[in-house]
Amino acid sequence: MNVLASLRTALRALRKNKLRSLLAMLGIVIAVGAVVATVSIGQGAQAKVAAQMESLGSNLLMVLPGSVAMHGVATGSGATQTLNRDDAAAIEKELTNSVAAVAPINRTGAQIVYGDQNWFTQVQGTTAAYLQVRGWPLAQGEAFGREEDAAAAKVCILGKTVADKLFVPGAPVVGEQIRVKHVPCKVIGVLASKGQSSWGQDQDDVVLVPWSMAVRRLIGTQSDAVGQLMISARSPQMVDDAEREITALLKQRHHLSEQADPDFQIRNLAEMQDAAKQNTQTIAVLLGSVALISLVVGAIGIANVMLVSVTERTREIGIRMAVGARGRDVLFQFLTEAVVLASVGGVIGLLIGIVTSKWMAIKFEWPTLLSPPVMLGTMLLAGFAGIVAGFYPALRASRLDPIDALRFE
Amino acid sequence: MDRSSNGNAPVVQTRELEKIYKMGDVEVRALRGVSLSIGGGEFVAVMGASGSGKSTFMNLIGCLDRPTRGSYLLNGEDVGRLSRDQLARVRGRQIGFVFQGFNLLPRTTAIENVELPMLYQGIPARERHQRSSEALARVGLGDRLDHTPAQLSGGQQQRVAIARALVNRPTLLLADEPTGNLDSRTSVEVMGIFQELNDQGLTVLLVTHEADISDHARRVVTFKDGLVLSDSRVERRRIAREELLEEATA
Ligand SMILES: Nc1ncnc2c1ncn2[C@@H]1O[C@H](COP(=O)(O)OP(=O)(O)OP(=O)(O)O)[C@@H](O)[C@H]1O
Ligand SMILES: [Mg+2]
Repeated sequence: MNVLASLRTALRALRKNKLRSLLAMLGIVIAVGAVVATVSIGQGAQAKVAAQMESLGSNLLMVLPGSVAMHGVATGSGATQTLNRDDAAAIEKELTNSVAAVAPINRTGAQIVYGDQNWFTQVQGTTAAYLQVRGWPLAQGEAFGREEDAAAAKVCILGKTVADKLFVPGAPVVGEQIRVKHVPCKVIGVLASKGQSSWGQDQDDVVLVPWSMAVRRLIGTQSDAVGQLMISARSPQMVDDAEREITALLKQRHHLSEQADPDFQIRNLAEMQDAAKQNTQTIAVLLGSVALISLVVGAIGIANVMLVSVTERTREIGIRMAVGARGRDVLFQFLTEAVVLASVGGVIGLLIGIVTSKWMAIKFEWPTLLSPPVMLGTMLLAGFAGIVAGFYPALRASRLDPIDALRFE
Repeated sequence: MDRSSNGNAPVVQTRELEKIYKMGDVEVRALRGVSLSIGGGEFVAVMGASGSGKSTFMNLIGCLDRPTRGSYLLNGEDVGRLSRDQLARVRGRQIGFVFQGFNLLPRTTAIENVELPMLYQGIPARERHQRSSEALARVGLGDRLDHTPAQLSGGQQQRVAIARALVNRPTLLLADEPTGNLDSRTSVEVMGIFQELNDQGLTVLLVTHEADISDHARRVVTFKDGLVLSDSRVERRRIAREELLEEATA
């Protein structure tokens, strides 16, 4: 019996028992649908996190004041003042091999006013290096330079969200005077949009001002203490070198021995990325195993129905054998039925999975990523499940004795 | 070479055929040594009381079952040595089997039922279709190709079964009480088909309880308790075609 003939025979047999066939494949439908949908959600999330990490800037290192030990005590990083502008300048000047740019950052919340519009946002005092470190281009205007920093010049760069809140669309922004915490300030640039961070914060809701302007005029202190340093290494491979060298240099500057605990912390983006990746991978593995289990359950469903079917059709098997069917013909027939059940269930499940994935993407603005290899792999797995599930029942059918099968009531 | 009663080379040749069914400790000796030779083109009726071993014998001849002892040559070939698959091949190619209970696949059209034996001989779809419509036409069902067994009368179902038995052009047609479920007129019609096939050279072996039916054969073998009791020619053979004609004119 050739493949085409047995396929037709299988389809006919399955059609004769529509409801049972449908119930038999239900497990596989759900399993494949679940695999396709959940993996697409998992991969979408993974891709989103990766993209957001990327948007933080490449090769990023963050240096925070205060030691890990000190953080255990409720000092709060704002209270510790172990990093200052001179540290930043020293890193920039002495570690030119590994470090590309160093941006000191001090933050404060402030009310921004333009005309009758006002908006509360975060003001970051920093230097032009910040844009380089974050890999953040300007949409309009230009950045401030060393002179503005030295003079604590009353200039600012607006994030996209802030510009949208204060100005009507299309109105000139650069060159306008706004007030930041009552300090009149000239807008010299607008940042390109960067969107949400991985923890859901709007990164465009920000105003950048020269570091000295923020510290002296807005925060109002003569201290040189820095809230944090954002540093970019020259290349991804240099991140570890940069981290080691910065640690050594800062310890030396802070008169700490090599063995002593540092009074600062360095975090690098690669570590954070790894952590995030691991999280999403754990979720993916979890979803995947649930899906695999449901596939096994689906296969058991098919095996169960096939066993019942073989018993019920013992007489049919006897008739087929009486007219010349060999054991392998009968085996092949029932195996084909099982594989057809699993494959049809797989295709239906695939469609349901795709629809679910797209629906989630639209309804919950959840990024989903349908990957062809995963879909193909799941389908193959479903077909394989059919073979495994159908094998034992088919073998039983093929081993029946013709005369016993014919006599079966 | 052994000659059978009509002088042709034997199609079926059994020697001391025995079949013992074991049911736990109890042994049922269904056949106790049957030696029989049936030549090509013969039409043999097997008779005997219920339980005398007729069906057991037919199943052995049809290669559906294996004997406990004894030998069976089909067209000169020792069937006892064949494997399961080889037996299936013999059933498919050399033997056509007609059962009392028809044994058609339910919810399957007449033509699909008739195509079934060809499916396992690798015959292409077009030829399958053509040969099965021809076989059905031959048994007078050319206009019932797409009827399922449930949509056919008992006589029509038995004709579908006969068409199925013929479609692979076997050398031996076996029928175990083919008229057992049919009324007398339909029985005569079915016997008419068998006689026609036999006239064309097909060897026919059938089991029946009724003398009316066995009179259509050329030779009658009677079984008793698993042995051949008698083996004789039919003296006044009935011809189904004439009976039907008579009935029509009466
Ligand atoms: N599968 C079986 N298992 C056990 N005993 C069997 C089996 N088949 C038949 N027999 C026994 O073998 C003997 C012969 O049975 P068989 O069916 O050949 O009789 P038969 O001549 O065809 O009878 P009938 O005219 O009633 O059909 C009987 O005693 C029966 O009980
Ligand atoms: Mg019987």
